[in-house]
Amino acid sequence: MTALPATTRKKLGLVIDLDTCVGCHACATSCKEWNAGGYSGPLTDEDAYGADPHGAWLNRVHSYEVGEGAESRTVNFPRSCLHCETPACVTVCPTGASYKRAEDGIVLVNPDTCIGCKLCSWACPYGAREYDYTHGVMKKCTLCVDRIYNETLAPEDRQPACVRACPTGARHFGDLADAESAVSKLVADRGGFDLLPEMDYKPTNKYLPPRPRTFEAKAVGPVAESVPRPDGSAAERLFAWVDRVLST
Amino acid sequence: MQQKLTAPGQPRQLDEPQVPLSVPVGDEVKTTTCYMCACRCGIKVHLKDGRVRYIEGNRDHPVNRGVICGKGAAGIMQHYAPSRLRTPLLRVGPRGSGEYKEIGWEEALGIATGWLSRIRATDPKKLAFFTGRDQSQSLTGWWAIQFGTPNFAAHGGFCSVNMAAAGLYTFGGSFWEFGEPDWDHARYFLMFGVAEDHASNPIKIGLGKMKARGAKVVVVNPVRTGYGAIADEWIGIKPGTDGLFVGALIHELLSSQRIDLDYLVRYTNAPALVIESPGSADHGLLARGEGGEVLVKDRRTGVLVGIDSPDLSPVLQGEVELPDGRKARPVFEMIARRYLAPEFAPDEVAKRTGLPASQIRRIATELAAAAFDNPVVIDQPWTDWHGRRHEKMVGRPVAMHAMRGISAHANGFQTCRMMHVLQMLLGAIETPGSFRIKPPYPKSNPPRIKPRGKPGEVKPNTPLPGPQLGFPLAPEDLLIDDAGTPQRIDKAYSWDAPIAAHGLMHMVITNAANGDPYPIDTLFMYMANMSWNSSMNVPAVMDHLTAIDEATGEYRIPHIIYSDAYFSEMVPYADLILPDTTYLERWDCISLLDRPISDADGPADAIRHPVVEPDRDVRPFQDVLLDLGWRLALPGLTNPDGSRRYPGGYPDYIVNHERGPGVGPLAGWRGKDGESFAKGEPNKGQLDRYIANGGFHHHPLPHDQRYFKLWNRGYVDWAHKSGFLESTDRLVMQLYCEPLQRFRLAADGHGAVQPPASHRERIATYFDPIPFWYEPFEGQLVDLSKFPMHAITQRPMHMYHSWGSQNAWLRQITAANRLYMARAKGAEIGVADDDWVWITSHQGRVKAQVKLMDGVNSETVWTWNAIGKRSGAWALDKDAPEAEKGFLLNHLIGELLPERDGGYRFSNSDPVTGQAAWYDLRVRIEKADAEPPGTSPRFEPLTMPRSVAGRRK
Repeated sequence: MTALPATTRKKLGLVIDLDTCVGCHACATSCKEWNAGGYSGPLTDEDAYGADPHGAWLNRVHSYEVGEGAESRTVNFPRSCLHCETPACVTVCPTGASYKRAEDGIVLVNPDTCIGCKLCSWACPYGAREYDYTHGVMKKCTLCVDRIYNETLAPEDRQPACVRACPTGARHFGDLADAESAVSKLVADRGGFDLLPEMDYKPTNKYLPPRPRTFEAKAVGPVAESVPRPDGSAAERLFAWVDRVLST
Repeated sequence: MQQKLTAPGQPRQLDEPQVPLSVPVGDEVKTTTCYMCACRCGIKVHLKDGRVRYIEGNRDHPVNRGVICGKGAAGIMQHYAPSRLRTPLLRVGPRGSGEYKEIGWEEALGIATGWLSRIRATDPKKLAFFTGRDQSQSLTGWWAIQFGTPNFAAHGGFCSVNMAAAGLYTFGGSFWEFGEPDWDHARYFLMFGVAEDHASNPIKIGLGKMKARGAKVVVVNPVRTGYGAIADEWIGIKPGTDGLFVGALIHELLSSQRIDLDYLVRYTNAPALVIESPGSADHGLLARGEGGEVLVKDRRTGVLVGIDSPDLSPVLQGEVELPDGRKARPVFEMIARRYLAPEFAPDEVAKRTGLPASQIRRIATELAAAAFDNPVVIDQPWTDWHGRRHEKMVGRPVAMHAMRGISAHANGFQTCRMMHVLQMLLGAIETPGSFRIKPPYPKSNPPRIKPRGKPGEVKPNTPLPGPQLGFPLAPEDLLIDDAGTPQRIDKAYSWDAPIAAHGLMHMVITNAANGDPYPIDTLFMYMANMSWNSSMNVPAVMDHLTAIDEATGEYRIPHIIYSDAYFSEMVPYADLILPDTTYLERWDCISLLDRPISDADGPADAIRHPVVEPDRDVRPFQDVLLDLGWRLALPGLTNPDGSRRYPGGYPDYIVNHERGPGVGPLAGWRGKDGESFAKGEPNKGQLDRYIANGGFHHHPLPHDQRYFKLWNRGYVDWAHKSGFLESTDRLVMQLYCEPLQRFRLAADGHGAVQPPASHRERIATYFDPIPFWYEPFEGQLVDLSKFPMHAITQRPMHMYHSWGSQNAWLRQITAANRLYMARAKGAEIGVADDDWVWITSHQGRVKAQVKLMDGVNSETVWTWNAIGKRSGAWALDKDAPEAEKGFLLNHLIGELLPERDGGYRFSNSDPVTGQAAWYDLRVRIEKADAEPPGTSPRFEPLTMPRSVAGRRK
């Protein structure tokens, strides 16, 4: 059992826009790339050139179809640690290796005290934890804690690698405890939601829903006059119109 | 860490460990250009202890503005892939056996020089030099000119030549390569057939902007993945029927009189008069005045005037009598009559496309509303070609983009041209909010370059008099002899494919093995996996590569030289392998002379430079080519005293080579002081300037030149001065494409150069100067009751061709592909998820595992491109999923069409451009219950070269 801080000064997290995520995996490979050589590294790749290539990824993208027929749509869904306010993965940790930072709310694993018992991965309903078979410890999204405060990086680069990479601008990083922050406003404007709110782990990361589809012509302007049937006179009507327009 | 004392049963409360927060990324950052796909984004490569630590996007770069894609961020694993070739190889066993001898470069270059010098001294066309996914075509093409062979092209013929040719013959630019949507102003975006590729980051960035702005995004694609998933509307069209859909949109716009007449009159040849004298040699050509000017009829005076006259008020309809009594008719009327015909009415089109007529009508209404009810107005004065000042730039916020899904059909050229007609009717080319052209384009439509390689132009030890690839205007420009025989090995610029502006790489191996039109001696290829995913009918291609000439006992293709950085499926079929470097170990030049990285706001070019040194005995292909050229004493590569013209290799060439006075591979920082753009003498410090600027140069146009470029006085004068335009002549967009009519007239029996009887009907039909729709050839020729389904591929966003699945990270995302099929279709034919099925075409059959889905056209099956691998290739284990479950549709696609009357087999290509018609494939699906799971066909596993196998362990 590991305790959580009573409060955190900030709630740093991600806001992920499902309306613009095209499922390109840029966030996933950028995450792998940064973290394989960063604080979380190395991230293992088992059987990398063999029959069953697999490894530790701190961020993965899944594509689903939702609904059927005319209602069907494809949703690309990036999945990583949500840095919950009350994460069970921390409270179940028998050694205190899993912890939530009081300063900014980031949930981390201390590799020196993690015993690889996997209780946390059982406790996390989001499947956000990745067991590193090579090193026998649990890995997870650090919100790029080694980037966001990194004074050797240019200020504009002090953001998680996934956000830095995202080509469609579907990923946003900021302090969700600050109602005036850009991410908080995005969540308010776009109806950002929690994953599995009924579990009551209070995820910090939010997802923005796909915008409703509209098949109404009025969406882009007034409807043109009704279209004549192709009864052989359309050409003559067109030419008469052309004549009128060019005469004015 | 100190543990606080807690009572038993109480949660542990530990001091938070100290996390090192400010560790430097590496010791050094170098800025270069990505090569994980064709986009050429700017990247910053962080190095640590001499190894690549991290690759991120370069924020200053015009292509990607700092972002990076799933492929680009996995570049490290490409660079360190165990499949990298390590030393030159000489084949010692039979072709395909994988028995090699590892040799040194001197021996390798000596062997190549021996083969090539013999060819050059006797018959240079016996060298076929084809360079695949080459990003240095201005060098490789120039080298081939120096060698003297007409047989050069890169991969465009099996990629996007339909788009390039349709655009270049219409407005002197094209989708993707030479143009882009106005991402910042468009309010309606129609995207056709983008199989998640071309372009990668620019489309993603642009879609992000459009979605943020609330623009409507409409994706037309039989498959709803990536881009289609986030579209406001997905139109799951039947493959190959896009031209009907576009024609119906035009039909609706014309019917409802929602077109931009002013734009058509000012900027297109809508008012031009087309001669009507059936049976005569000038039928269908444009009426011209004594000075050669295209004539239009002024509606006020009734006088015939030149189309370049200012303030035209032309007649757009009705028969016009020319001074010599011949009759003519305005282009506009012909266009209107073509598309108002009942065959393009939405109700008719609905039957073939599978789209509801109501949806087609609604999209047309939306397009018109977006274009005309709310124009984009930019408060920017500009001056037009006639010298008239305009206070504002006003445009139509309807943008379009199209790629492989249009291009890879045998009706792709005409379909793409039809899209351009739609754009012109909406006033939506080069106006704010619409589709913009990237300098150095627009060029003349088409560019004034003729293909070389006619009889008499190919001579021993002599350079070709000009480039192999160009833009024919008439049958006289074809590369054929008096008997009509093709002069190129791929039959480009013959009656088979008269406007094959990128060649037909997909036909080279078949034609060479068949000796049709002639046998060759050496096939020299670079970066093209032609014995696998880059060829149609792969089993036959393998046979061709190993076929023996019974008369001589030698291979029918006697020598094959291949350069690749990796152990691809093609390597075992080469006799001599010249190992290339990775993209992080080389110099490269992404030049305005071939395929630059410009955006619509200005021309841009770029370099790659070595950010790490190779750790193996490999050389950059471009250096090798320059070295070989000198060993062959090619004129441009050798000084008069016999010494090397470019002793410093490729970087020396990039800086010092001049194509014309002051014009070289790179346009930035020219001139002694480095202050000139586009023209200027070579600057020794040029590469340093590029490196200091992040590896690229972007020349932003002044704001008054950023739109209306074809008709913008300031832009045209500047582009002419910079060498991008041959003249300052007025550029008129071609609604009516007159050069096509010249080919049709030849088919009607006019002129000195006429097609053989076997080709007349084909030319007369498909060279229509007004775009039309026809059923692609495979659909015409096979029995559709036996092959009722369409089959196509999409390219996963995280992979690009076969380079991707050797990548340790990317193959964790996708290591095998499924055959995707509509859920309803699966139910109809009794196929469930995970079932194994046979996919059968007229060419053969392939076994694959099914995944059912909703977001696919009900008559279409599809899969991811190039995931399937031959066992043993790319240094993967022999039981890799790519080989056991992954499959290619390529085996099912014939490179030759079924025989027609008369027995001639045309290639499976567009009849105008020769573009490979990958997506015309028709198949049937049957359950494969009887067999054990696993893909089929499987081929003999490949054996890695010893040096590669050694690293793999």
